[in-house]
Amino acid sequence: MSTLTSLARAMAAASGTAQPACTVRHVHLSPRPLVFIPLALAGEANAPLAALVGDDPGAPNLLVVPEPRDRDLRFAFAADLAAVVLRYTASYCADQEPTGGRDPGLRYADAPQLLVPNPGGIAFTRLLGRSTRFRRAEGPYAVAESVPVLGRWLTFFADRTESPASSLMLAATDALSAHWATGQSPAEDRNLAVLLGWIDPPPGMSGAQAAALAEDPLRSPPTGPATDPTFDNEVLDQRILAVRTARLTGGGRAYQRAEAALTDALATQLTPTWTLMWRAAELLRGLPEAAHVRRRWDADKDAFTWHAGHIREGGPPQPRRDGAVSAAGRLANTERVQEMVAAQRAFDDPLVMAEYRMTGEAFAGRVAAAEPDRVDATGRRRVLRPRVTVETGDAVLAEPGATLTSPARPSQKARVIAVTEANGRTRVLLELQGGMGRALTPEPGSVPAIGEPVCYAAFGDGYQPPPAFPASEDTPWTHGGPPPRYVPADEDAREDWS
Amino acid sequence: MTSAAELAEQATATILGGLAGARRGLVVDSPPGAGKSTLVVRAAARLTDAGEPVMVVAQTNEQVDDLTDRLAAERPRLAIGRLAGIEYTPAQRVVRHQHVTLSTRLADLAGCPVVLSTAHKWATVRGAPAWPWAIVDEAYQMRSDLLLRVAGLFDRALFVGDPGQLDPFSAVQTERWAGLSWDPMQSAVAVLLRHNPDMPVYTLPVSWRLPASAAPVVSEAFYPFTGFRSATGPGERRVAFSTSPFGRNALDVTLETAASSGWALYELPARHTVRTDGEAVAACAALAARIVQRGAVTHSPERAVAGVPDAGTRIAVGTAHRDQAQAIRAVLRAGGLPGVTVDTANRLQGREFDIVVVLHPLSGRRDATAFHLEAGRLCVLTTRHRHACIVVARAGVPELLDAHPSTEPVHLNVPVKFPDGWAANQSLLAHLSQYKVRAA
Repeated sequence: MSTLTSLARAMAAASGTAQPACTVRHVHLSPRPLVFIPLALAGEANAPLAALVGDDPGAPNLLVVPEPRDRDLRFAFAADLAAVVLRYTASYCADQEPTGGRDPGLRYADAPQLLVPNPGGIAFTRLLGRSTRFRRAEGPYAVAESVPVLGRWLTFFADRTESPASSLMLAATDALSAHWATGQSPAEDRNLAVLLGWIDPPPGMSGAQAAALAEDPLRSPPTGPATDPTFDNEVLDQRILAVRTARLTGGGRAYQRAEAALTDALATQLTPTWTLMWRAAELLRGLPEAAHVRRRWDADKDAFTWHAGHIREGGPPQPRRDGAVSAAGRLANTERVQEMVAAQRAFDDPLVMAEYRMTGEAFAGRVAAAEPDRVDATGRRRVLRPRVTVETGDAVLAEPGATLTSPARPSQKARVIAVTEANGRTRVLLELQGGMGRALTPEPGSVPAIGEPVCYAAFGDGYQPPPAFPASEDTPWTHGGPPPRYVPADEDAREDWS
Repeated sequence: MTSAAELAEQATATILGGLAGARRGLVVDSPPGAGKSTLVVRAAARLTDAGEPVMVVAQTNEQVDDLTDRLAAERPRLAIGRLAGIEYTPAQRVVRHQHVTLSTRLADLAGCPVVLSTAHKWATVRGAPAWPWAIVDEAYQMRSDLLLRVAGLFDRALFVGDPGQLDPFSAVQTERWAGLSWDPMQSAVAVLLRHNPDMPVYTLPVSWRLPASAAPVVSEAFYPFTGFRSATGPGERRVAFSTSPFGRNALDVTLETAASSGWALYELPARHTVRTDGEAVAACAALAARIVQRGAVTHSPERAVAGVPDAGTRIAVGTAHRDQAQAIRAVLRAGGLPGVTVDTANRLQGREFDIVVVLHPLSGRRDATAFHLEAGRLCVLTTRHRHACIVVARAGVPELLDAHPSTEPVHLNVPVKFPDGWAANQSLLAHLSQYKVRAA
């Protein structure tokens, strides 16, 4: 936790109200997200119990596994879920738009977005995807045809959450706590009801009071996938038992009654979270969108388009484990994206930039002197190299020779020529290059004028080419040699421990 | 008993002899200051003498320049290629050798039987015929995904590195690949050995850098299974001061303890502090300044002339975090001592000083996270010195350790790494507690 976040949390604790941690929204929020609230059965590895899912706040779909220990019923649940999820993703596979950039191509004009309450929901989605994507519609333990497709989509969404640039799947608590600082610990922030109590208390109540009330599991049931143990013991256990007894004794009306009773009980646990989820989405939507979010969402649309095509063309499901080459490639990509997103967030948001100003990686001040028409004639060619002096009260770590970037002029590089300190203020002499047009006089506004407030950071949001890795079939001996070719088989769905 | 020099020579001869019969290559583990670079240079010379072209891979330009310089001095008639990136500024110690050719393209170095470069530059080389041999230096600091990018360039390789130092680092937090034998976040050697378990591993037995006071302590705390000894015996390395203290204060007592025993623990009163603890920063700076003011002179048997007190190259302050280093640097600069090297453990790796002041990574902390507990971090910080090491810490670090046993999740198929940071920290602190000086 940075010093600034700690301060914001301390202020929130003192005032009883959550403090803004950002001035803009750094995630994309779809106008029609698919809210997915899964519940799992305690004591079983990722056994689905129920889910509330849908893209319309007024029409949630409640899916229930009447006997969660029965594996056939689990896959029937997966088929029900597939009907909702696949209808939702398919609705985005219609309108297309040009990708822009150098290679002319088309991508879907928008992409789906999955909202789950917390990181536990993402983990549940990943495991449900893993347990369904290798299933087959024929052979032993056959499942509905839609089930493996669902598994591949759930895996796709869960995998995308590993990229800090992606908004295809969001956990509400993560998204909210990235934008607001509460007066409690980050672990406590994982309770959506409590977190929303801090951020958006009901009228007449402080955030701290609302949060304390929300800790009561009867008032705000846990947001999943784990359920409230008291509910498990006192309600769930009996009703599942009733379903089983009714089925063993012949089914019929008794079975329907027992199933309805179970469904009602689970609805009481899920419905409050459903309301919270849409309130969370509304709160986030209330923040203005950061400048770089659109570009990152475009990358999400590309990924969605690619994956939809991959499934349509009959490509193989995502492998259970990454190979040596794909693991290295994925890590390199995540590292690049993480660095890029950190810079973009700082460039978009002065409150995020303040963190870097505190550590000395960035500084803000005013232009004290400027030579906008300075031309460097020492080289072979005369080139435009304006110089500006920035005066700042921030700590400056940059040393002469360092290259800085300003959020206001990201395509312009500023090289530090000299740093001088006097009376607690620092003056930084910068030489500018690029982003000023082709002539030997800069285009208007391309060089900061005297008195202009400016900010310079030691990082840029520039593009870095991805590193080259060998092809998978050329995996060297140091990494185990080339892997065997993937051939789909009935055993694919088997786990080592199952 | 064989002398240290003989022991080291035997080990080197075995390793160089092992090159000829190696199927895929071999790994050499080297404790701090055990002559790793010397081995790399001798192996490169031996292989080129036998007519086998060698590519040498190091991790930073600084390391490549050092190796190039030493190899050029060792083999004055060998055509040596130095492959470099576009942004590389040629170092004087490389350029002065007539027989070193510098280029950014491998094609320009076709006539050179030995070419040296950084791993990142080698990773950009495409379509070259495979080299019969590669020598990979600092292989434990190289991430396995980088090895994946260069491994296609060679048939066999000699991997040299220090297993006790900091593991390679990634800013990405994920457990996605935990347990996979090719986990890209592991070190190159870890992945290599998991796929080639029959590859021979040798150990260099003698540290030339560490004094007799440090070698057994470091060996026990950080290299529990591959012990090593120091090249010099007890009392052969000495520190003296050319001035006497006026009165008696904790700083001077600390300096004298360090001079006589090789270790000192300067203990500040217990307190939970923010990361950059102002008092600890001041103490580190004051100790470094005091070493200079007192005119420390170092004597070692292998150097004919006694060390001249020169702050820049001989005294260092090591920290865990960059902002701590910056704060100490600022205090020293204000005090007129800009020459003392102050840096983080990551950046001090591979460097050597006479006296090192260490700000203990756990000093003043409320919790012991994996980062602050990492054995490699403490190992780097406490193995940079030839004469003495002074550790600055707030009281209560052992209690903090007891309150925070390792709680890292355990993954299947992940080889257990020894020693763990918790044990290494306890072991070193137990030793340091004998040389404790309380700050006044």
